[in-house]
Amino acid sequence: MRVYFDYNATSPLAPGVADAVDRATREIFGNASSVHHFGQQAKAAMDDARSSVARLISADPSEIVFTSGGTESDNFAIRGMAEALEATGRRHLVATAIEHEAVLNTFKALARRGWSTTLVQLDQSGVVSLDRIREALTDETALVSVMHANNEIGTIQPIAEIAAIAHGRGALMHTDAVQSVGKIPVDVRALGVDALALSAHKFNGPKGAGALWIKRGTRMQPILTGGKHERNRRAGTENVPAIAGLGLAARLALAKIPGEAGRLGALRDRLEEEILRQVPGTAINGLRTARVPNTTNISFDRVEAESLLIALDLDGVAISTGSACSSGTLEPSHVLRAMGFPTHRTQNSLRFSLGIFSTEEEVDRVVAVLPRLVEKLRSLRSRPGAQAVGRT
Amino acid sequence: MRIVVAMSGGVDSSVAAALLAEQGHDVIGLSMQLYDFSGDRPFGSCCSLEDLHDARRVAAALNIPHYIMNFERQFDEQVIANFVREYSAGRTPLPCAHCNSDLKFATLADRASGFGADAVATGHYARVERDPVSGRHLLRRGVDATKDQAYFLFSLTRDQLARACFPVGDRDKEAVRAYARHRRLPVADKPDSQEICFVPDHDYKSFIERRAPPSSTNGAIVDQAGRVVGQHGGIHRFTVGQRKGLGLVTAPGGANSAPLYVVALRPGERQVVVGPKQSLEQTRLTASGVNWMIDVPAGVLRVTAQIRHRHHPAPATVRSIGDGRAEVIFDAPQLAIAPGQAAVFYDGDVVVGGGWID
Repeated sequence: MRVYFDYNATSPLAPGVADAVDRATREIFGNASSVHHFGQQAKAAMDDARSSVARLISADPSEIVFTSGGTESDNFAIRGMAEALEATGRRHLVATAIEHEAVLNTFKALARRGWSTTLVQLDQSGVVSLDRIREALTDETALVSVMHANNEIGTIQPIAEIAAIAHGRGALMHTDAVQSVGKIPVDVRALGVDALALSAHKFNGPKGAGALWIKRGTRMQPILTGGKHERNRRAGTENVPAIAGLGLAARLALAKIPGEAGRLGALRDRLEEEILRQVPGTAINGLRTARVPNTTNISFDRVEAESLLIALDLDGVAISTGSACSSGTLEPSHVLRAMGFPTHRTQNSLRFSLGIFSTEEEVDRVVAVLPRLVEKLRSLRSRPGAQAVGRT
Repeated sequence: MRIVVAMSGGVDSSVAAALLAEQGHDVIGLSMQLYDFSGDRPFGSCCSLEDLHDARRVAAALNIPHYIMNFERQFDEQVIANFVREYSAGRTPLPCAHCNSDLKFATLADRASGFGADAVATGHYARVERDPVSGRHLLRRGVDATKDQAYFLFSLTRDQLARACFPVGDRDKEAVRAYARHRRLPVADKPDSQEICFVPDHDYKSFIERRAPPSSTNGAIVDQAGRVVGQHGGIHRFTVGQRKGLGLVTAPGGANSAPLYVVALRPGERQVVVGPKQSLEQTRLTASGVNWMIDVPAGVLRVTAQIRHRHHPAPATVRSIGDGRAEVIFDAPQLAIAPGQAAVFYDGDVVVGGGWID
C-alpha cells in the first residue's frame, strides 16, 4: 500500500478527466483560431471549459484567460499589471513573504528592473495582519499580490479585506488562488480582487493547464505576444486537450466541494490528532482554524524533515516539505521562516496534504509507521558524534 | 541487506549500485548536493546539477529509489573550509579524504542508518575484507592499480570501515565500463572526473582567493640562504615540489644554474622558499591525526609509505610517537614531501594506517 498525501504538490486526475483529455486529443485536433469546422469544434470545447472554470470561481467566462498553469498565471498578472501601470509612475509592489516562488521570483525579476518591492512578514499564525499590509502600502504602490491559501501550511488569507485596503490606496490586487480553488468555495466578486490565478493539476485536472481570471476593465498587458488568441491577452495556439481536462475537473470540483471539504477536514483533523498524541515533540504550524481542509504542516522536534521524508517514502508514504530546489533537495521553508519560526523548525516540518482519493485506512497507515520512524531518527541523532542539525 | 549507495552520477558509483542491485540487495541511491555555484555560471549550466541528474537517470534505469540530500552546509564546513585554510597556511590539502571520512562515511552513513541501511557503498577502487583471524575489517587497494583509491580512504575509522562496501574494487576500470555498457547505464561512457570536484574550471587559486583574499598571504620568494629572489601573490598558489609558475626571470647563481623548485612554504613570514631539486629530497616525515587500522604498534613497523596520490609507496619504517602522531623514516630519500597531504602506510596492499604530513 502506497499512501499519497502530497495533493498540494499535484493531484491525480479525477475520474473521467483522463478520458476527456484523451477524447479531445484524438477527436478535436483543430486550431481554435481556424474558421472552419475543425476550428469551431476546438473553439466549442474551449468555450465549454471556459464556462466551467468561470462557474467554479463565480466569474464571467469572458474574464477567463487560459494559461499553462499557476506559474504563468502569476507571472501574467504581476508582469502584465506592472507593465500596464508603469506609465502612472507607480513603481512599488507589495506581497507577503509566504507567497509561492512564482510570485516571489517575479517580484525579484521586476526589482532588477527598477521596481521597489515590499514583502510583508507574518507571525506564527500564518495569517497576514491587515495592519502590516496597510503599513506596507504607499501612494506609489501599483499592485498587491497575496495568496488565497498557502501551499505549505494551508492558511487562508483575508483577501477581501486586503483588496479593499489596496483599492483604497489606488493599487490593483492579485491573488494566487492555486491552493484554494477546487478545495473551498471561491467567489472572485466576494474576494474583490482584480486578478486570480488557478491551476488545473491542483484540483485533479491535467498538468499544463491553468487560468488567470482578470476582472473586466483591468489595465493589463499581455506577457506572451503573438497571435490574437484569448482575445489578444495570451498568444499561442491553445492546448485544447488540457483545457478540456481543466474544464471537466472544474465541473467535478464544484460539485464535490461541499462534501469533500467536510470529509477531508475530518480526515486531516484525525491525522493531526493522532500524530500529536502518538509522537512526542510535535506541533502544528500555523493557525488551525483558518485553513484549507486538506492541509496540515507539522513540526517534529529533533528530526530532520529531509530524513523523515525519505524514511516515510521508503515505507510507502509520500509527503513533502513545502518547496524543493532545482536538484530536488529540500531547502529550509521560506514560509515558516517568514512566520518567524527559528531555523530548526524551518527544517523539521513536514506537510501532509490530502485529496479526493484519501481514505481513513491511509490515515491509519501513516499513523502506524510514523512514530517508529521518528523515534529511530531521533535515536541516531543522540549518538555521540552525530550531526547537530536542526537542534532545538 | 539494505544498502545505501552514494551515487555521484559517475560510472563507478553507478556500477556499484547496479552490482548490488543485481546481487539482490535492497539498494537505495543517495546523492549529495555538495555545492551550488550555478549563480556564478552562465544561464542553465550547473556542473553539479548535471551529475545529480545523471545519478537520477541511472537509479531510474536500475529501478531503485533515489534521493538527493543537501549537504552543502556540511561540505562547506568540513571540506571546503579545510581546503582553503590548508592552502592559506602553506599546506597542500587532500579534500577527497576529508569528504570520505567526514561526510560520506559519517553524515551520509548516519542518514543511511536512519533509513534502516546496514552498509554504505561507494564507487571507490578499494576493497574491504574481513580478516578471518582477528575478525577485523581490512582496507585493501583496489585490483586496478592505476585507479586504486585506498589512499583517499585511510582516515576511515574501524567502525566506518565495518559498514563500508566498495563493489567495484575487485574490477579494473575497463571491466567497470564494460559492465555499465552491458547494463546500458546512461553514464557508461561518461569521462572520469578529474581534479577537485568543487573547484570550477580547475582554477583552485581563484577559488581560494575568492574565499580568502590574497592580500593577507602575498610576500617574498627567497632562496635557501634567505635572499629575496622574487615576489609572489600568495602562498596558497604554491605546493612543495612545484617548478612552474614561480615567475623568476633569472635564477640566482647565474644562467647555468639548475632549475628551481618550491622546497618549503613559510606561512608565518609569507615566504616561498626555492632551491634545487636535491633540496626536495627527504627521508623523514612526521604525521598528525594518525588513524591506525591495526592496533597502535608498540615499536617500529616495516611498511611501504605513500606520500601523495601519484606516488609509488616506498619502503619505510614507521613508529607511533604519541598524541596521534607518527614518524616515518624512508629507506631512500623521497622527493617533495608536501605538508597537508596524507602519508599512508601499507603492509602489501593492506592499509595499516595513515596521517596528515606535518
